[in-house]
Amino acid sequence: MTRVRFDTTDVDVGERESVLDALLRAGADVPYSCRSGVCQSCCLRAVEGTPPSAAQVGLPPTLVALGHFLACVAHPQDDLVCARPGALAGAVDATIRERESIAADVVRVRISPNIPFVVKPGQYVNLARTDGLVRSYSVANLADEDGYVELHVRVLEHGAMSRWIANDAVPGTPVSLRGPAGSCVYVPGSPHEPLLLAGSGTGLAPLLGIARDALRHAHRGPIHVMHGGRTEAALYGADALAQLARAHANVAVTRCVLEGPGSDDIVQGRLDHVIAARHADLSGWRVYLCGHPDLVRTLQQDAFLAGASLDAIHADAFLTRADAPVPTG
Amino acid sequence: MTSLFERLGGQAAITTAVDVFYRKMLKDPRVARFFATTDMNRQRAKQAAFLTMVTGGPNAYTGKDMRAGHAHLVAQGLDDSHVDVVIEHLGATLAELGAKPEDIAQVAALANSVRDDVLNRASPSTAGR
Repeated sequence: MTRVRFDTTDVDVGERESVLDALLRAGADVPYSCRSGVCQSCCLRAVEGTPPSAAQVGLPPTLVALGHFLACVAHPQDDLVCARPGALAGAVDATIRERESIAADVVRVRISPNIPFVVKPGQYVNLARTDGLVRSYSVANLADEDGYVELHVRVLEHGAMSRWIANDAVPGTPVSLRGPAGSCVYVPGSPHEPLLLAGSGTGLAPLLGIARDALRHAHRGPIHVMHGGRTEAALYGADALAQLARAHANVAVTRCVLEGPGSDDIVQGRLDHVIAARHADLSGWRVYLCGHPDLVRTLQQDAFLAGASLDAIHADAFLTRADAPVPTG
Repeated sequence: MTSLFERLGGQAAITTAVDVFYRKMLKDPRVARFFATTDMNRQRAKQAAFLTMVTGGPNAYTGKDMRAGHAHLVAQGLDDSHVDVVIEHLGATLAELGAKPEDIAQVAALANSVRDDVLNRASPSTAGR
C-alpha cells in the first residue's frame, strides 16, 4: 500500500487503483479526461518519491526528468507527494548579492537564497520584492555550484521590477524567490547528441545555463549557441560565450544582428534565417529556444520542419506582461 | 486480435507517428494555415490522442470534444477537402511506420467516422467516403 499527497489530500492508493482514482475518491480537484494515459490532462509532478516509469510513457524527456507523470495510469511503488505541473514551491528568503549592468538594457543580478534552493539552469523563478511585486526570470547559472542564483534582467521602459533592480536593489537588499518552474532544461543521458541553443535578447540567460549544465555532464556532442539581437549593443554576453567556446572544443558560437553591419564574429541577418542557413537538417538534434514569444514560435516550427523531433524541441517564450506566468528575462 | 496500436509498438510508436504526421501536415500548403497559431506542445498531445484513437489504442475521444476542438477551424473554412488531406497523410504516416494496407484502410474508415463531428455537421455520418 502506498500513500499519495496532493494539495490538502492525503490518501492510500488501493491495490488496483491509480493515483488519479485514489485522489478523486478522496475528493481532490485533479483535471482528467481519457483515464488511459493518452490525453495527458491529469499530468502531475512528483515533488517527493519516484513516479512509476510506466506512467511517464509519451511525456517529453525533460518532463520525465523533472518527475512529471500521468496520474491515471500511475500505480506507484513509492509514497508520493504530488503537485500540479506548474505549481511553484513556497517562497524562500534571499538577498541581493551582486548587481552589474552588462549591456545598455540588461542588468545581471546575483541572489543568495538564505536556505538551499534547488533550480536547474533553464528553469525560471519568481522574484518577489518585500512589498509583493513579483516577476519571473530565467536562471542563467549552475546555482548549486555557484552558491547563488544568477538572473539577467532586461530593463524595460516602464518595468516596475526591472527599473527597481537597475536603480535601487543594492547588494544586501532582501527579496524572496519562488519556484522553480519550467522544463527547458538539459537532460543527461545522451552525451553525443548535437545541441542547438538559440535565442534573442535575455534568452541568452537560460541558454548559457543549459550549455554549462551540458558541459558539466561531460556532453561531448556539438553545442551550437546562436544569439540574435537587433543591434550589436543588444548582443551582451560576448565574453561569457567566447570563454565557453575557448574552453570547450565542441562549443560553437554564432551571434547575429538585424541592423548594422556584420563583422568577423557577427553575422548580419535574422536569427531564423541564420539558423536555417546553417542547420538545414536538424534531425537527431536537441533544440533549446528562448526569448521573444513570436521568435520562439517561429524557431520552434522551423526546427520541427527541419527534422527535429517534437520531443527534442524545448522552448521558453518570454512574455513581458506584468502578470505573465513565464519569464520576462 | 491485437490492435494496430499494439502491433505498431504502442505509445512509443505514437510519439514517432505524431512527429511524422504533424510534419507532413505543416509542410502541406493545403492545410498548413490551420496550424499557424497553434501551440505545438498542446497540438502534440492532441495528435497523440487522435493517432491513438484511430489505431485502436486506449482513448476517450468524444464527438463533443471533436466538435468543440474544431469549431474555430470550421469557421476558418475547414471542409471535407481538408479532412481528405488528413486521411491522406495519416495513411502515408502509418505506411512509413510499417502498417499494412488493410490496416490503413481500417484507420481511414475510423477517421472518416468522426468526419461529421470534426466538420460540425448535424447529420450522422454518411459513411463510406
